[in-house]
Formats: sequence, structure tokens, C-alpha cells
Amino acid sequence: MTGPETDNAKPYQVSRDEDGGMTFSVYGNMDVSNAAVLLKDLKAEVKNDSPSSLTVDLNAVEYLDDFGTLVLVELKRLMSAAGGKFHLVHPGPKIRNMLSLLNFDAMAEPVTFIKKRSPNLFVRIGDAALGQLSDLRYAVFFLGSVCLSLAHVCLHPGSLRREETISTMQRTGVDGLPIVALISFLMGLIMAFMSSVQLEQFGANIYVASLVSLAMTRELGPIMTAIIVAGRSGSAFAAEIGTMKISEEVDALFTMGFDPVRFLVVPKLVAALVMVPILTLFSDLFAILGGLIVGVSMLDLTAGAYVAQTLKTLTLFDVFWGVLKSGVFGIFITWVGCLRGFQVQGGAASVGQATTSAVVSSIFLIIVIDSVFSVILRYWG
Amino acid sequence: MGRDVVIRVRDLRVGYGEDIVLDQVSFDVYEGEVFVILGGSGCGKSTLLKGMIGLIPPFAGRVLIDGDSVSEDEERLKGIFRKIGVLYQGAALFGSMTVAENVALPIQAYTRLPPESVNVIVQMKLGLVNLNGYENHLPSELSGGMKKRAGLARAMALNPKILFFDEPSAGLDPVTSAELDQLILQLNRNLGTTMVIVTHELQSIFAVAQRVIMLDRQTRGIIAEGDPQYLRDHSQNQAVKRFFNRVVNTE
Repeated sequence: MTGPETDNAKPYQVSRDEDGGMTFSVYGNMDVSNAAVLLKDLKAEVKNDSPSSLTVDLNAVEYLDDFGTLVLVELKRLMSAAGGKFHLVHPGPKIRNMLSLLNFDAMAEPVTFIKKRSPNLFVRIGDAALGQLSDLRYAVFFLGSVCLSLAHVCLHPGSLRREETISTMQRTGVDGLPIVALISFLMGLIMAFMSSVQLEQFGANIYVASLVSLAMTRELGPIMTAIIVAGRSGSAFAAEIGTMKISEEVDALFTMGFDPVRFLVVPKLVAALVMVPILTLFSDLFAILGGLIVGVSMLDLTAGAYVAQTLKTLTLFDVFWGVLKSGVFGIFITWVGCLRGFQVQGGAASVGQATTSAVVSSIFLIIVIDSVFSVILRYWG
Repeated sequence: MGRDVVIRVRDLRVGYGEDIVLDQVSFDVYEGEVFVILGGSGCGKSTLLKGMIGLIPPFAGRVLIDGDSVSEDEERLKGIFRKIGVLYQGAALFGSMTVAENVALPIQAYTRLPPESVNVIVQMKLGLVNLNGYENHLPSELSGGMKKRAGLARAMALNPKILFFDEPSAGLDPVTSAELDQLILQLNRNLGTTMVIVTHELQSIFAVAQRVIMLDRQTRGIIAEGDPQYLRDHSQNQAVKRFFNRVVNTE
């Protein structure tokens, strides 16, 4: 396939004439396999000699492709930069054809693909601000259409896509249960263990039960569950809708007369609204179990005493408050996940960004909403 | 022009999971020819193409490209991939890169040319497919026909010996489709590239094909081979006649 040359035998001859001109007689192939080496060698020859004119004899060239043409273009450019003349002689008919196909004569100017010009700082800041503003507008618009869709489904329960909702419930809730349970169990274990170190000094071991149960049901249970759901399901919602968006499936829904929000978001919203609180209850339960194990095995408490203390500490309001929070978390995780999905434009990279952004925004929102709940409780409760 | 065999397919059986789509398929593709694989929808054209370029492992039989067996051996496959270029149905341009970057990617990876020279090559490649001036566009900013041409420029970035086309005219208007056919012929004539095209567009077949094989879903194999004009006028096979004359199967 490659030409007759090897690394030590050069596939060209150089001759010089009396008025400072230089001639390369190239033989064999000038193609993709040897263009890089040929270009380097010939350029070095020209730079060494700085001839007044350069002639390339193509008589013995058997095959020339665009990479071979590249060599000629670069030599021509080198000569024109140095103010010398450049000639091609004896191109065969095939080679002449190739050169005209590639528009060789017009290829004199160096090529640089200017990357998309980046405008000055102020323009970029302005652009970014406008982008943020329109994102915010879309987010509000989207929140509105989600609320409308939800209202529509409440008024017409028959329009809910039942099977889709149930399968989303399974993916969000049932499939997420093992990891939620495991993490909560370990959280309970760690909390009991850490607090026991302090409480033991006061002989107040029994309050480990209070601490674990109260902290988990009020704060950590809902938050941990929501973060896990955001990572598992919020990202999945964004990726699913984003992929549908770039493959025009969302457009198809729209032209078939479906409201994409109602069709895609409402089942997810209902699923999250039901499953996140249930997962949270499981999370509370497993954390208490974790605390119980530390209490019984390390703190000389009986299981009965631990459970009794837990029940004494917890009020129904605490559990309800945590469940209420987790329901709100579920709504916002779904909202942000779907929002980011619908914001996808372009290609695969955009789907990746949307997925990342869905998780990050969800976690941010979870913390913000949790603070809001704390403030409400402080002044109202 | 030498009539060396560049692709040899022998007793190939391909399919997905349990389903055998094609069985006992054997044919040769000669150097420098425009070879078309045709047949109705669902007859396994694209599956055959995927089997030929090693995207799906065959159940049985073998494919030799330029004497090398297309096997699951990765090193050997890489060697084969240097000799072939593939234009996918949706062009498969990388959405996060500009057109120029898409075309430059294999050139930067497999040659030792300096960056300015890569730019010159990219410009020539895009000139060949009439896409000058679109270097900095993202694929999402191109029309369907332009994407195909950009995909073609990328497929032939390293001047492969064989170019594979999966449904090149799918989704293109007749004029753009005819232009693409002309481009295929021009590249075939000027670069001597062997072209293997999967299509069911009759006009395209008559415009470019030097030799065709026709696949059939029922027989799961080749039902005709040869010159398309001859097959249209003289084939005795009912399925072949129907295909070339656009007759509805009423049986």
C-alpha cells in the first residue's frame, strides 16, 4: 500500500540550478501514509537552502491524494511567504484532476479556523445575565404549567397515566428502598455511637434514643431520603426528558395534541409525592433500628427501654412534620429534574449538563426548603 | 483498474439475540467498485452492514476486509478500522464539536501533521463535500443534507480504502440526494475508493450502482446479484421485479 520509500530512503531527489532555483522530483505515492514525513523533510530542505524559486516535478508520482496535495500547498505557501516562485511540472492527468478537484490554485492563504469569537467581558456578563433571566422566566412558567397540569389531573383523575405512574413509583420508591434503608440504618448507627460518647459521661445513655429518633424524623430522615431520590430519580427524570427532547419525541407529543408537561411530568410528580414520604418513613424506621443496635450492644440498654424512650420522645406531629417536608421535597425534585430535561437543547453533552444540574439544583432546593420549614416552625409552632 | 477482492463475505449468519436475520450470505466486493446492498425494509440490509464492519459479532461465517478477518480481536479490528470509513444514517457527528473539529479528530489522532496542516486538510475535505464556510458550525446548526456531507467528510478524513454508507439518501430531498450520489461517484472516480452502499432508493441505485445484491426477508439471504438495469429488465424472480418496478405485493 505505501510507497516504495522507507524511513532511510527518501522518496524524492533534489537538484539545484545555477540561478538559485531548486527542484524536487518526487516519486511513488504522496498520500496519507507519508505526507507528514514528506512535508517535514521538504520544508526543511527549502528552509535550509532558501531558493529563489521552487519547482516540484510530479512526473514520477503515481498517486496523489489530498494529503499529498497538502504537501504541495504548504510548499507553495512557504515560497510565497519568502517571495519566491513556485511551479508544478509534469502532473499526470489523474493528478491534475485531483488538484483541480481540491481547488489547489486557490489554496494560497493560510487557514485558521477562528474559534467562535468570544466577545468582551461586558457583553459576556450581559449575555449571562440575560440567560439567567430567561432561565428564571422559563422556570416560573414551567412551575405554573406543572401546577395547572396537576390541577387538571385532580379535576379529571381519569386523565392520569396510571401505568406510567405506577412504574415510576416502582422505580422511584421500591427500587430506591434498599439504598435509603441502608444509608439511614448506618446514619442511625453513627449518630447513636457518636452521641453515646458524650452522653455516657453523664450516665444519660437512654437519651441516645431520643436524639436519634428526633433528629431523624424531624430533619435528617427527610433530607437524606430527598438527596438520595434527587440523585437516583431527579437525574433520571432530567436525562429521560432531555433525550426525548433532542430526539424530537417531545415535539411529537405536542403535535399529537398531548400537553408534554401533563403527559411526562404529572406521573412523575404523583409518584414522587407518594413515594418520597413513604421512603422517609422507612428511613426513620431504619435509623431508629440502627440506634437500637448500638444502644443494646454497646450501651447496656434493653430493646424495650430504647423503644419506650423513642415513643416517649416522638410526637405524632414530629413524624407528620417530617413527612410533610419530604412531600414538598419530592415535588421540587421532580419539578427541577423535569425542568432541566425540558431545557435541553442540541446534543448529548446538553443532556449530561441537564442531569448534573438537576441533581445540584435539587440538593440546593432541599436545603433551602428545609430552612424555610425551620423558620415556619420557629415562629408558628 | 485491478479487480482485487477487497471484501469477502462467506456463509455469514447475523442477527440479534435469538433471531437470525440473514443466513448463508456470501459475496465479494471488488476494489474500486460502487457496490449496493438493497432490499425492502426489514430485510437485514443494515444488519448486514453492521456485521461486515464488526459492530455486531456474526453467529457464523466470516468477513475478510482487505484480507484481514473481521473478528472480535480488538487490535485487528483497529487495523481494519483504519481502512474503512462509515457514514451513518444520522451522520453521527459529535454534537459538542464543530464541523471542523469533527473532521479533524481522526486526522489529529492518526497522522503526525502539524495543526496548521490539519486545518488545510480539513478545509480540503470540506471543500470536497461543498461545505466550505461551515467549519465553525455545530452539527445542530446544519440541515440534514449538510450533516450527511459533514459526516462523509469525517468518514473519508483519512482516505480510507473502503467507504460504507448506511442509507445515504434517507431523509434527504431528491436534489440533495442526487447531489450526494454525484459526490459518491466523483470520490469513487478520483480517489478510487470502494463504496459499499446500503439503500432502497431506486433512483439512487440506478445512478451509482455498478453491482448490487438484493436481500430478502423471507429467504433471509441474497435473491439477486448483478447489474441493476439488467436485474430490472430481465430478472425472473418476482420479488426482484416488484422491487425494481415498484409493484405492490398482492399475494
